Amino acid sequence: MKHRMGRRDFLKLAGIGGVGVVFGSALPGMANAHGDDDFFFLQLSDTHWGFEGAPNPDAKGTLPKTVRSINSLGEKPDFIMFTGDLTHTTDNPVERRKRLGEFKRIVGELDVKTLYFMPGEHDASLDNGKAFQEFFGRTHYSFDHKGVHFVVVDNVSDPRAQIGDEQLAWLAADLKTQPAQKPIVLFTHRPLFDLVPQWDWATRDGAKAIELLMPYPNATVFYGHIHQEHHHMTGHIAHHAAKGLMFPLPAPGSQPNRTPLPWDPAQPYKGLGFRQVDADVDEARYEITEFPVLKA
Amino acid sequence: MKTRFGIAVLVALGLAAAYLGAQAAPKAKVIKVSAKRFEYAPGNLKLKKGERVVLELTSRDVVMGFNLPDFNVRGDMIPGKVTRVEFTPDKTGDFTFLCDIFCGSGHEEMHGRITVVG
Repeated sequence: MKHRMGRRDFLKLAGIGGVGVVFGSALPGMANAHGDDDFFFLQLSDTHWGFEGAPNPDAKGTLPKTVRSINSLGEKPDFIMFTGDLTHTTDNPVERRKRLGEFKRIVGELDVKTLYFMPGEHDASLDNGKAFQEFFGRTHYSFDHKGVHFVVVDNVSDPRAQIGDEQLAWLAADLKTQPAQKPIVLFTHRPLFDLVPQWDWATRDGAKAIELLMPYPNATVFYGHIHQEHHHMTGHIAHHAAKGLMFPLPAPGSQPNRTPLPWDPAQPYKGLGFRQVDADVDEARYEITEFPVLKA
Repeated sequence: MKTRFGIAVLVALGLAAAYLGAQAAPKAKVIKVSAKRFEYAPGNLKLKKGERVVLELTSRDVVMGFNLPDFNVRGDMIPGKVTRVEFTPDKTGDFTFLCDIFCGSGHEEMHGRITVVG
């Protein structure tokens, strides 16, 4: 805990301090048998590289500026997770690959060794994830890091916005290898629950994934897709949506259609940003700190 | 013998009731809805509360979806095929239907509206 507080204090002193802190789930008091240290990672989402339009007049500059902000952090995250929509959709497969390549080159400038990626529907739904896989490999996988089991679930390569029985079987088998008390973090792009189905903010078979997580009291979900910070509970499972890095979207269900919020020249990059997630492994808690695009 | 007669009477009464019920059931309003990237035709539908509706869905180019979450109604829109979905609006108001199968660069703007009046 002391270690984490020190880092946060440092970030505030450096003038990059977050604009909001949320404590994620889960049940306190779980012993960490392995004695692993706490750590933090960054979540970046919905960079929509290739987008052009009034909602972001600095569409080509926002991601590079974010990279510079992250590189100026005093302490490096253990890894960065990109939760999809790396690129903005295009009907042209050549252009799709061009955007994916440009995105990869730009985030290659990050001064962080370990980067994890997953697709959003803009990257993968028109070719079942084929182009994404050429650049970034698998669309669903799991890994372990300092006592936490991380799972990446792909709910976009199927254009029907569903995980599919095959991947759900894989998820079930993957989770079965974990002890009941294990801290589990699931990353995905779309909300697994019905946030606003009228805006396509749902996953058709997301309830099945949540059902698979239910036996694990220390499971937490981080996702993207909705371009804003949002927190929701399904039973004991917290679902934390991240801001995007191209244009913000309106609050869930606040208007008939999910049109991007207009750019505010008085407050450029308003509503955009990335987040730091401090994992307290002993407590299976996640402290979320939101950061703006530009270093303050 | 008496029992057989009783059963026969019951069956006859059941059939008669089913026939009369079918005759009495209101005819569903049938509406054809087609899709092409990235719009529905028609894009706005006006329905009456309590009136049974059958939507005949098809696509003129690629596979699309028709999803009306407020009434738990959805169907695939497939080129060359007709998908029928049936429902009876039980509430009034304006409701969004949308494409829930990612169909291209204009997918996110592909939606329509159903107005249900009393």
